[in-house]
Amino acid sequence: METPILEIRNLVKHYADVTAVKGISFAIRRGTCFGLLGPNGAGKTTTIEVTEGILPETSGEILYKGAPRGESFTREVGIQLQNTELPLFLTVEETLETFRHLYTKRAGREALIAACRLEEILKRDNRKISGGQKQRLLLAMALASDPDLIFLDEPTTGLDPQARRHLWEIVEKLKEDGKTVVLTTHYMEEAQNLCDEIAIMDHGRIIAMGKTEALLAAHCKGSSIMLPGTAPDDAFTALSSAWFRLPDGRISIQTEDPDASLRELVAKGFDLTGIVVTPQTLEDLFLELTGNALRT
Amino acid sequence: MIKRIWTLFKARNIEFYRDRSALGWSLLFPFLVIAGFSLIFSENSQRLYKVGVLHTTPGPDLSESGHLLTHPLIQAIEVSPLDSALSKLRHHRLDMVLAPDTGHYWINTDAPKGAVLEEILLGGERKTPGPFTRQVIEGDRIPYVEWLFPGVLGMNMMFSALFGVGYVVVRYRKNGVLKRFSVTPVRPWEFLTAQILSRLFVMIATTGIVYGTCAALYGFSCRGSFGALFTVFLAGGMAMISLGLLLAARGSSEELAGGILNLVSWPMMFLSGVWFSLEGTAPWVQTLARIFPLTHLIEGARKVMNDGAGFAEIRFEIAILLAMALACLIAGSLLFQWKNE
Repeated sequence: METPILEIRNLVKHYADVTAVKGISFAIRRGTCFGLLGPNGAGKTTTIEVTEGILPETSGEILYKGAPRGESFTREVGIQLQNTELPLFLTVEETLETFRHLYTKRAGREALIAACRLEEILKRDNRKISGGQKQRLLLAMALASDPDLIFLDEPTTGLDPQARRHLWEIVEKLKEDGKTVVLTTHYMEEAQNLCDEIAIMDHGRIIAMGKTEALLAAHCKGSSIMLPGTAPDDAFTALSSAWFRLPDGRISIQTEDPDASLRELVAKGFDLTGIVVTPQTLEDLFLELTGNALRT
Repeated sequence: MIKRIWTLFKARNIEFYRDRSALGWSLLFPFLVIAGFSLIFSENSQRLYKVGVLHTTPGPDLSESGHLLTHPLIQAIEVSPLDSALSKLRHHRLDMVLAPDTGHYWINTDAPKGAVLEEILLGGERKTPGPFTRQVIEGDRIPYVEWLFPGVLGMNMMFSALFGVGYVVVRYRKNGVLKRFSVTPVRPWEFLTAQILSRLFVMIATTGIVYGTCAALYGFSCRGSFGALFTVFLAGGMAMISLGLLLAARGSSEELAGGILNLVSWPMMFLSGVWFSLEGTAPWVQTLARIFPLTHLIEGARKVMNDGAGFAEIRFEIAILLAMALACLIAGSLLFQWKNE
C-alpha cells in the first residue's frame, strides 16, 4: 500500500484554557482532495495550523511522506492561510513574484497567473482588489513553489457564489494535475463538490470520516423537508421522523421516506406553505450526528 | 538565502516608495525644522542663556558681573579649562564664557544669544566697557543652524527607523502578513536582515538628499571626512533600526507599539542633544542620554561636520553604535515572533 503523503496520529492541542483538538487521526492519500469539515470552533484551523507547523502540537505524531516533517516540509508544501492580509503597497504581480522568489523550486510564472486567473489584475494595487481576486492571489502564492501538497484553509469564506465557483474550478484543476489538497471549510456543499474524502469535526473530535460518496450513500439516502417553522415545537413532537429547529427558526425533518412524512404532515394538519424537499446532504448528516445545525 | 533576503529587500523598498505620505514626510520634515530654526534664530527669540564661568585667578569676582550671573533667565555653569570652555562656546553648548575675576569674556559672534548676554553684561546705556574686555573666539565659528543640522538628520533617521520598521513589523504581525512569511522557507534572521538593509538603504538615501539640498540652500559644509560621516550615519542607522526591531519583536497591538515607540523616541529626541546642549543638566540626565544611540550618532556627526573630524576621532562613537546594533539585533532575533502566541 502506498505511503500516505500526510498522516496524523492521535493529535492533541491544548491552549491555556481549552483543548481545541482531542486526539484525532487521519491519513491523506496522494493526489486526492481531503476535506476537514465542521462549524466555526470545531478545531479545523487549529488542526491544519499544527499540521503546517505554525503551532506546536501538545502530543501526537505528524508524518509527511512517512516520516516526521523535516526542513524540506516548508519548501515542498503550499499554504493558504485563513484571513491573511497582503503587503499593502505592492501590486498583485509584485506580491506573486516576491513569494515565487522565496523558493528554489518555483512554479512557472505564466502558468501560475493563468491557473489562478490573475491576468487582468496583475498591475493592480493589493488594496484595490476584490475578495475573490484576493483569494485567487493567496491561492497563487500558495502554489508559488509548485507544491505537491496544498493546504487551503477556508478559501471561499465570505465570497459571493460566482467567486466561490471560480475557486472551485481552480481546485478541480489542481486535482487533475495530481496535486494533493487539504481543504477546510464549513460549507458542506463545497466539500461535497471537491473532496474525495472527508472528516467531519466538532468540538475537537472527528465525528465521521470516509470517502465522500460512501458517507453520502450511508447517511444521506433520504430527504430533508424544510418547513418555515411557524408552529411551536410541541406540534412536532408526535412526528415519526427526526426533526430539528435550525438557528434561523426553520424546522428540518430528516426522513428516508419523504412520501410518508409528507402524508403525516398533512394528516396532522400542518400548514405546508413554503415547504422545501431536498435530497439529504452532508449538512443534514452533520445535523443528524450532532443534533445541531452548523455554527457558521 | 541571499536571494530570499534580496527579494524581501526589494519588496520592502517598493512599499516604502509607494507609501507617498511616509516618503514625503521623511524628506519634508527635516527641511521644515531647519527652515523654522533658520527663521527663529534670525529674530533673536531666545529665552534661556548659558554662561560658562571660568576662574583664572584666586582673586575675588568683579562686582559688576553679579547681575549677569544671578539673572533668572541666565544659567551660570562653572567651566575649566579655557580651551574646553571655548570649544563649548564654539559648539553653542555655551552662549558666553566669562572670567568674572579678570573681566574677560568670550562670545561666539555667530550666536545671537552671545550678543544679548553681552548687552546684559555691559549694560544697555554704557559708554565704555568698564572692567570688561571683549574677546571673540578664534577659528571656525559654527552657526547655530549648522550645529543643529546633524541633530535634525539624526532625529529624522531615528523616527524613520523606529516607526518605519517597528510599527510596520507590528502591523504586519497583526494582519497576518508575517504569519504568511513564516510558512515559507524564510527564516526570522533573513526577514530581519532584509528589513534592516531595506530601511538602511532608504534612510541613507533620504539623508543624502536632505543633506545635499540643505547644503545647496543654506551653504552647510562638512568640515571633516565624508567617509567618516557616512560610516557614523550607517552605524547609527543600524543601531536605531535594530532598536526598532527589538521593540517590535513581539506584540500585535498597533496602539501599544505606538505607545512604546513614542515612549522611547521622545526622551531620545530631547535628551540626545538634537535641539539643545545638555550642558548644565543634572549628571543623571547626561548619563541617561548615553544609553540612546541617537546621542552617539549626533556627537559623531557633529564632530565630523562641525569640527572636521575623521575616522580616528569618531571611532569610539562608531564602535558604540555598532555594539548597540549587534546587541539589539541579537535580542530582537531571540525574542522575535512571527505571530502572537
